[in-house]
Amino acid sequence: MSALLLRDIRLAARAGGSAMLALAFFASVATLVPLGVGPDLALLARIAGGVLWIAAVLAALLALDRLFQADFEDGSLDMIALSPLSLESVAAAKIAAHWLTTGLPLALLSPLLAVLFGVKTIAALFVSLLVGTPAVSAIGAVGAGLTMSIRRGGLILPLIVLPLLAPAVIFGAGAAVGSAGALPLLGAFSFAACVLSPFATAAAVRLNLGS
Amino acid sequence: MPLAVPYIDISDLTGIRGGRVLFRGLSFRVETGRALSLEGANGSGKTSLLRMLAGFLAPAEGAIRFGDVADGEERGKFVGWLGHHDAVKAQMSVRENLDFFAQLYASEAGDTLDALGLARLAELPGQYLSAGQKKRVALARLKLTKRPLWLMDEPLASLDAAGKKIAADLVAAHCAGGGIAVVATHEPLGIDCDRLVLA
Amino acid sequence: MLRYANPTRFMQLSTPILPWLGGAALVLLAVGLTLGLSVPPDYQQGETVRVMFLHVPAAWTAMMAYGLMAVASLVGLVWRHPLADSAAKAIAPLGALFTALGLVTGSLWGRPMWGAWWVWDGRLTSFLLLLFLYLGYIALWNAIEDETRAARAAGILALVGAVNLPVIEFSVDWWTTLHQGESILRKGGPLIASVYLWPLFAMALGYTFLFLTLWTMRIQTEILTRRARSLMLAGEL
Repeated sequence: MSALLLRDIRLAARAGGSAMLALAFFASVATLVPLGVGPDLALLARIAGGVLWIAAVLAALLALDRLFQADFEDGSLDMIALSPLSLESVAAAKIAAHWLTTGLPLALLSPLLAVLFGVKTIAALFVSLLVGTPAVSAIGAVGAGLTMSIRRGGLILPLIVLPLLAPAVIFGAGAAVGSAGALPLLGAFSFAACVLSPFATAAAVRLNLGS
Repeated sequence: MPLAVPYIDISDLTGIRGGRVLFRGLSFRVETGRALSLEGANGSGKTSLLRMLAGFLAPAEGAIRFGDVADGEERGKFVGWLGHHDAVKAQMSVRENLDFFAQLYASEAGDTLDALGLARLAELPGQYLSAGQKKRVALARLKLTKRPLWLMDEPLASLDAAGKKIAADLVAAHCAGGGIAVVATHEPLGIDCDRLVLA
Repeated sequence: MLRYANPTRFMQLSTPILPWLGGAALVLLAVGLTLGLSVPPDYQQGETVRVMFLHVPAAWTAMMAYGLMAVASLVGLVWRHPLADSAAKAIAPLGALFTALGLVTGSLWGRPMWGAWWVWDGRLTSFLLLLFLYLGYIALWNAIEDETRAARAAGILALVGAVNLPVIEFSVDWWTTLHQGESILRKGGPLIASVYLWPLFAMALGYTFLFLTLWTMRIQTEILTRRARSLMLAGEL
């Protein structure tokens, strides 16, 4: 499992990989917001939690359609599926790699953006992204597994994944501003998503291998 | 060889893809130490049959058994796969490509690079390889999986004369060592093998 | 149950039942509407209370449809039954339709109550998300060419959605209490005067029968389409 994890991280980190792209996208979206709503720092501070959470979800979705598709198209997935690793473990490794190369860097970058937005609860925002983004990777992986054989799967993926991510955004943005009870709810949602998703994702991969 | 397949037995197999019947009532048996050359026109179902053997596709009817193992996912653990696509990552060197699958299959790359004439290219990223060189990498990877049943889809395609010889020798050596190979091909393999033609 | 799950058997059984289902829907809807228009106006909401008879049953039906879609998907995935796949596929557009109906009537009801066409009220928001779940399901079905694979992929999505739906509902409720105070009137709720219960009950049954009628028709269409296609593939048409 660690072999697959390390290889996916290596691919994401290399030129043309998704890790830097996601970070740059996150920062650009966050930059567009003040341009759109005006530079009023009090207003920006008030909406920052929600804005940064939405930007983070979109940035994490950016590379998601290739999570399985790249390996599916070049035949690697066939060989990975025939290896001693179960498809559930394959899914878990892919989710972990996706989070380590998108969710984690996004969370690490968020304090900087929080300063630019004049946020007071920087630590809460950071922790909310750290705890909540695994759910984005986990639920996104189900969508990535389902759409891997669709040529323009990247267009359908957000449509099927975003409504499922509503709880993450609600609890995440709540936790970012320090609302009572939001962080435990976010943690519970994230945990449940990470535990259940590998099974649904493996089922999706299995059905697409039969094509 | 850690695992062995005594024989593969296919009985009364029906394959349907997209509502079209590819083959019906297909039965054959391959004993250990034998290679089977799977032939037939484009669209006759060679690739689908290979995917059924590997357990990716469920047959519409009929049964596939490797010795006494019948379950699709169980069967997969015996399979060394050489697919239609080369599965060579452009951003990773030849050695990294092989090392990854060696780790995944709990095996080691060892001297497979030399055996396939790839030693020179070991540090080159996959994106600079020609189609024939990628095929050699795929053959090296198949060898290092140390699986007893090789399922190969057009292994000779895009290889030069020397490469075809290496590939054929590889299959012959695998079978001589107690393995089985089922090879979908348009060209004669140039080794002693059984033949099955899909109409 | 599986004895009746054969498509031919389904056609035989459902065809004579269909007019009765449709008739029951018509009668119940007529009764419900008549009752709904004849009850006295609410002391608080006035005449607009009558929108409730269109709105609340639509919301119920939309939820029920998602539940049925998830059950049909589960049966399709576990027993690989093509009729269950057809049934699940046939529900999605109906579910989306009843969800949209719930949203539109909710908006019409809200206009005089809230003074705005749309308010980010908990129930409306979760129904908006439900609509997107339906749309995603339909999009996935349409994007995968192979029928069997499309059915299984959409089935997995429906089940994941069904597991997540209560969490979405809960999170939206949580979000409403976080952001809104007294501005939202509680619609429906436990405080419905008994005089309104009868029309509501009749309309809920009417919507259910309407849904069942349309569902059966769509399954029949699906079965016939499949048959026509396989005949065409066999070169007999």
